[in-house]
Amino acid sequence: MRARNYFVGAAFALLAGGMAHSAVAQDIKIGEINSYSLLPAFTEPYRKGWQLAVEEINAAGGINGKKLVVISKDDGGKPADAQTAANELVSSEGVAMLTGTFLSNIGLAVSDFANQKKVFFLAAEPLTDAVTWSKGNKYTFRLRPSNYMQAAMLVEAAAKLPAKRWATIAPNYEYGQSAVAVFKKLMSEKRPDIQWVDEQWPPQGKIDAGPVVQAVAAANPEAILNVTFGADLVKLVREGNTRGLFKGREVVSFLTGEPEYLDPLKDETPEGWIVTGYPWYSIKTPEHDAFLKAYQAKYNDYPRLGSIVGYQTIKAAAAILAKAGSTDPEKLITAAEGLSMPSPFGEITFRKIDHQSTLGAYVGKTALKDGKGVMVDSVYKKGADYLPSDAEVEKLRPKD
Amino acid sequence: MAFYVVQFLTGLASAASLFLVASGLSIIFGVTRIVNFAHGAFYMIGAYIAFTLTERLSGAFGFWGSMVLAAIAVALIGVLVEMVLLRRIYHAPELFQLLATFGLTLMVEDLVVLIWGPDDLVGRRAPGFRGAIDFFGQNIPSYDLFLIVLGPVVLGILWLLFQRTRWGVLVRAATQDRDMVAALGVNQKWLFTSVFAVGVFLAALGGALQIPRDAVHHAMDLRIIVEVFVVVVIGGLGSIVGAFVAAVLVSELNAFGILIFPKISIILVFLVMAVVLIVRPWGLFGKPEAPARKTPGLTVNPWRPLTSNERLLALAALVIAATLPLFAGNYALTVGSEIAIFVIFAVSLHFLMSVGGLASFGHAAYFGLGAYGVAFLAKMAGLPMIVCLLLGPLLGCMGAAVFGFFAVQLSGVYFAMLTLAFAQIVWSIAFQWVSVTGGDNGILGVWPEKWAGSPSHFYWLALGVAALVTIALRAMVFSPFGYALRATRDSLLRTEAIGINAKRIQWTAFVIAGTTAGIGGALFAYLKGSVFPDNLGISLSVDALVMVLLGGVETVSGAVIGAIVYKALSIWLISQTDLSKLVLGAFIMLIVVVFPKGIVGMLEMLAQRRRKSSPPGSSLLAKPIESAE
Repeated sequence: MRARNYFVGAAFALLAGGMAHSAVAQDIKIGEINSYSLLPAFTEPYRKGWQLAVEEINAAGGINGKKLVVISKDDGGKPADAQTAANELVSSEGVAMLTGTFLSNIGLAVSDFANQKKVFFLAAEPLTDAVTWSKGNKYTFRLRPSNYMQAAMLVEAAAKLPAKRWATIAPNYEYGQSAVAVFKKLMSEKRPDIQWVDEQWPPQGKIDAGPVVQAVAAANPEAILNVTFGADLVKLVREGNTRGLFKGREVVSFLTGEPEYLDPLKDETPEGWIVTGYPWYSIKTPEHDAFLKAYQAKYNDYPRLGSIVGYQTIKAAAAILAKAGSTDPEKLITAAEGLSMPSPFGEITFRKIDHQSTLGAYVGKTALKDGKGVMVDSVYKKGADYLPSDAEVEKLRPKD
Repeated sequence: MAFYVVQFLTGLASAASLFLVASGLSIIFGVTRIVNFAHGAFYMIGAYIAFTLTERLSGAFGFWGSMVLAAIAVALIGVLVEMVLLRRIYHAPELFQLLATFGLTLMVEDLVVLIWGPDDLVGRRAPGFRGAIDFFGQNIPSYDLFLIVLGPVVLGILWLLFQRTRWGVLVRAATQDRDMVAALGVNQKWLFTSVFAVGVFLAALGGALQIPRDAVHHAMDLRIIVEVFVVVVIGGLGSIVGAFVAAVLVSELNAFGILIFPKISIILVFLVMAVVLIVRPWGLFGKPEAPARKTPGLTVNPWRPLTSNERLLALAALVIAATLPLFAGNYALTVGSEIAIFVIFAVSLHFLMSVGGLASFGHAAYFGLGAYGVAFLAKMAGLPMIVCLLLGPLLGCMGAAVFGFFAVQLSGVYFAMLTLAFAQIVWSIAFQWVSVTGGDNGILGVWPEKWAGSPSHFYWLALGVAALVTIALRAMVFSPFGYALRATRDSLLRTEAIGINAKRIQWTAFVIAGTTAGIGGALFAYLKGSVFPDNLGISLSVDALVMVLLGGVETVSGAVIGAIVYKALSIWLISQTDLSKLVLGAFIMLIVVVFPKGIVGMLEMLAQRRRKSSPPGSSLLAKPIESAE
């Protein structure tokens, strides 16, 4: 038993020694957290995106003359580990702000941490409305268009369809649940004649696609709302194609137009789905051209939506830091509220009222081209046009 | 009507793919008693290799040839793993092999991303089975029909293999009583290796056959491993027919269940398993396990309380740990608190596993219940922190009292799986009951009050509680209750013969362990300021098992070291590298090979050897006794 005690001492000594190295800060440090090991398909392009942004910022002279450094941590897909990482970044690395996160629950965990420790947090990807509304706080801002905004964009197109009998398929967790709830609410407001005939809730990542497809088909809907993505989407599409589920039915689908989820489908891409996504091949704006050129020159690969999110997250962080001229969190908040900046999708603004950015998304239809899935007839929807009125937002958000 | 027939057939097709993987696991467990956590990893590698081959080789032969080639290739990997890794540890304490295969799984998850890249891969459709067949207006994919036929065919081949070949006879004999088979002069080494190869072959084939229906990605293994385990247990361990029936049962219940309750899939298999195990404790087709033929006094070092010198040393270590806030920063202190909390968690499981001989696969349920208990009290009732910390663990206590009552009726792996089922049921309640638990978005804002708010104060709190819990559980080990509990572990029959109510003793131990875990969970809620369903998830339960096994299951307090080493290492690795799973997996496998009794177990053994070797000649005597096991 004696050796046990040495171990205790040694372990703590190691820990203490390892953590004690915080250098004097000459650079401006941003702490970045994401689910690199759990979701590499999204986070690899995301990482490339923010690395490009860091390079560009430093090449242009940094932030008010200081070099920008991003310290990136993996959260393994667990909220508790994300908080450990956030703590390390704040207490031990002394970062000026936190950015990143993908999963909604991790975004919320870090946002709660930021609120408690009074640290500025720019959430990159988590889609849940709670980040800016029901569980919003003054230290947290969010870049990506929320669940509500994407639902509102899709509803606009879906409401024009003649279909009256609708079925839904969504992963059984908060993202799927709230996507369906918002879509149903907004849709029923615009089209009171609609009937919801079936809903399927396969567990995230574990869809047993055959029975699900069969069950939806049995309800005989005229249109289907899909919220599944990733491997679940692949299985659903394959079973649906074979069993003829999508024949003669309209399908409206969240996120499916993002290269991350559309590209794996290859020649099985279903045609004519109304989707949100990122058709990088057909966006012809000077801002996006510049981004695309720089990205392809650096990586010899095409960008995914993750690349845009990663790139713009760090660009936004830098813009906020530059305007604040300080790393004091209160000053960062003041600087960020109402701040407008360019992005590959055009100008965006961080709203003062709920700290949501007005970054939008592309809505279009899926099509097959040369054995690959693409988005056609894509239109950019500005985020600002798909948010509820200020009065409603004030009711949704707790007072700071 | 046609719809129900088609839904039934669809269920059968799902069952076939489940059965292929499950049968392999069942055979491996039946013969080698290895809880092969890496079975899902082999399934995943099978799919990846088959993907690469089908992209290269063309034509019908190319496709079907790729399936078989991939399965053979993975089977060879399996043989390598068995010979290099598992052979060394068959004589390690029960479940230690789980640790080795867990390490392997961690490594494989990172390796496939390194080799095949991060994107989801979608393979070809099977030549000749692309379309669907019209059945009274309903479409059945022809590939489903192929799978429906394949399932029974594989079952038939396995049956022939087991009933009509000498190898099969040996396998069945070993499933029933492997010591006897060894005593009869059968070369166990090659029997085990061949069984492992066949099992892995089936897993890989199951993975390869998913190519036309699924996407190949790096999380395939976790998606299937737990479900496959459940199927094997429902069917009865080692029973191939049982695995088949269970796969059909689970798949059909799911296929029809979602028509009525669309959200049932998330929990269905666990509900079925809980019901089956409560009604039939050895699964549908399993047989009661023969009482273990263990030599009494197998543990070479009898447990003893610490000597006064050792107590002083332990106290000194505690004092040193308590001085950490004097020189360490906030981050180190928070990590220190987290480690202290995991020491509590690991020690509570260790109490159940080592002292009670009851390995729980769902211990996180009580940890998480403690955390939720605190969150409910703090957020809904608005009680002060001290009260929450005292009352929160009671939720863990109550959960353990209810579930423990049913669980202790079983033993061995069946006990483990029933605890897993209960944990998953609790998890799904936390996950689904959004209005109360917040679903997967959890409960936020459970931060400590001012007096415990600073990292150093919280660290002292966590350290103090961890020390108290460890001391209390140690004291219990050497109390009459502890002796009775150890008696139930070593021989249930003899314990009952001398008038001890064994089930009640085990139940009590379960409740104590659950409450202790709840204390850890309560502190954890305050450390993180939030509670998520993750806190009662499978991966946390597995973490606890790993900590106990790493420390040494045959020791009195090995879990303390296991928790410190594992938690410190995993926090450090995840902070340093994106390939933390690869490194951690490799480290675990190294530990398994170098320290087959766990870290503390090995150190104790070395100390024992040294003590024994001092009087001349005694080491010679000691040797035959040890190898007599």
